[in-house]
Amino acid sequence: MAMLAALSSGPVSIDLSAAIAGGWHSDSSDAVILWQLRLPRAVLAIVVGAALGLGGAAMQGMLRNPLAEPALLGVSSGAALAAILVLYYGAAVSGYLLPLLAIAGALLAVGSVWLLAGHGASASRLVLAGVAINAFLSALMALALNYAPSMFAMQEIVFWLLGSLANRGWDQVLLALPFVVIGTVFLFLSRNYLRALSLGEASASSLGFSGRRYPLLVLFGIAFAVGASVAVAGTIGFIGLVVPHLMRPLVGQDPGRLLWSSALAGALLLLLADVLVLNTVGTQELRIGAVTAFIGAPFFFWLIVSGRRELNL
Amino acid sequence: MNRAQPLAIRCENLSLSRNQRPVLDAISCHFPAGELAAVIGPNGAGKSSLLSCLAGILPPAGGSLYLGDSPAATVSAAKRARLMGYLPQQESPAWAMAAEDLVALGLLPWGRSIERAQRRQRVAHALAEVDAAAFARRPVTQLSGGELRRVQLARLLVGQAPVLIADEPGAALDIRHQLQLMQTFRRQADSGKTVILAVHDLPLAARYCDRILLLQDGRLRAQGTPEQVLTPAQVGDVYGIRSEFRWRDGRPEFVSGDLL
Repeated sequence: MAMLAALSSGPVSIDLSAAIAGGWHSDSSDAVILWQLRLPRAVLAIVVGAALGLGGAAMQGMLRNPLAEPALLGVSSGAALAAILVLYYGAAVSGYLLPLLAIAGALLAVGSVWLLAGHGASASRLVLAGVAINAFLSALMALALNYAPSMFAMQEIVFWLLGSLANRGWDQVLLALPFVVIGTVFLFLSRNYLRALSLGEASASSLGFSGRRYPLLVLFGIAFAVGASVAVAGTIGFIGLVVPHLMRPLVGQDPGRLLWSSALAGALLLLLADVLVLNTVGTQELRIGAVTAFIGAPFFFWLIVSGRRELNL
Repeated sequence: MNRAQPLAIRCENLSLSRNQRPVLDAISCHFPAGELAAVIGPNGAGKSSLLSCLAGILPPAGGSLYLGDSPAATVSAAKRARLMGYLPQQESPAWAMAAEDLVALGLLPWGRSIERAQRRQRVAHALAEVDAAAFARRPVTQLSGGELRRVQLARLLVGQAPVLIADEPGAALDIRHQLQLMQTFRRQADSGKTVILAVHDLPLAARYCDRILLLQDGRLRAQGTPEQVLTPAQVGDVYGIRSEFRWRDGRPEFVSGDLL
């Protein structure tokens, strides 16, 4: 239903049933709008939303902290900085270069967090390293904005940071999808580790989840899934933080099942947010990052006030 | 049903340092199957470190550890998890899951090889064993410290591993549940399991355990039966208290006295 709403939303009204009936190869403008503009955009919203929800659930599970989000360990800022540098140098951004570099940036950021935290790092040390790396990346981003070559470049960077699903086509979907799938597989393989970790690190280790393999699996899973989505859609906040919260009571607090439900709910939430964006009339298109923050922040207030006992903070 | 083979544990010259400070110094000991062993000693003597080393959580700096006849290093983490259950001194659940779901995590090392119905049955049985069936569905964050500890003990027992290692399992429990707990571990040992506990309560250790290891400053001061280890001279030297060890109605009894 949300999918239908997304497909029927847009600046131009189209005859949906005729366009669908016309099929992929139809030349009618309605069909082109549907198959080449709206469908990829909706699919991208689903892919990105799922990756963000999944990444958030995995991050909260790994750090045993309900306030963790995918951006915490530098994934988003790493990807964002790489993208900014590309925009900054105005490299004639061929469609593929930007996302690929952004994914590389995400992996680089997570790798540095891992190295900084050191051998056999505990969750708190990882968070500390993440904060440090994030701070450093923000400084670099500020620097890049400060010395932006032109107003145009600066505007482009800022818009990119706000996150958007506008003007994305099948290229972006195809680019992000493989990495999101790889990340999803990694996280799927670590679901029992995340479950065991609800007891604590020593107990998880005694249940057979010892060594560096599992935390690395989770970190790189998050880096691939979230890095790829940041690469094509910019930084979209709050999905990764709020969605796992929303779903946790529905899956009996099980960090393993939370992965799937958060992916589904993340996809749905971002799709709905995008419908909202598409149906908001204005000279400048509303950025979806701003929309999710606007939905997410008050929701979070409500969550904290209504569930102070259950939050277990 | 996993009818696990009995498994003895043995270590030779086990040593461990933390921040350049030796916490375990050349510990050699043997834990035969079917015995209930207590590791005792003052705070900071190295009890928890020894238990973590035995459970494979902390890699020892030196010495060797054997599970049965095989060196511990040759046993994969996944296999070791099926051979040994370990309950750390502190374990705080991250999420407000139901008590029975937390207990079910103890079955993770067996994955899907245990059917769902049997899993439920074993979880219910383990909860009943520690007198926690009444709050099986309560979120663990709403339990009292002692109730939570009993749920965690059920998590340890549910796997039915041949070796059980628990670090101060009874510290948060009331006196009735402490006795129940020791009886549970006694039954486990009698059924052929190797049980190793870190214990502060010397009267309980004297009454229920077959073997006591007395640690002091990372060294093994003494090991043997309660009567051999809990002598007034040794207890006085290590803890600085007066004490008496006596037999009453055929059972060992340890009574602590004043400070020396």
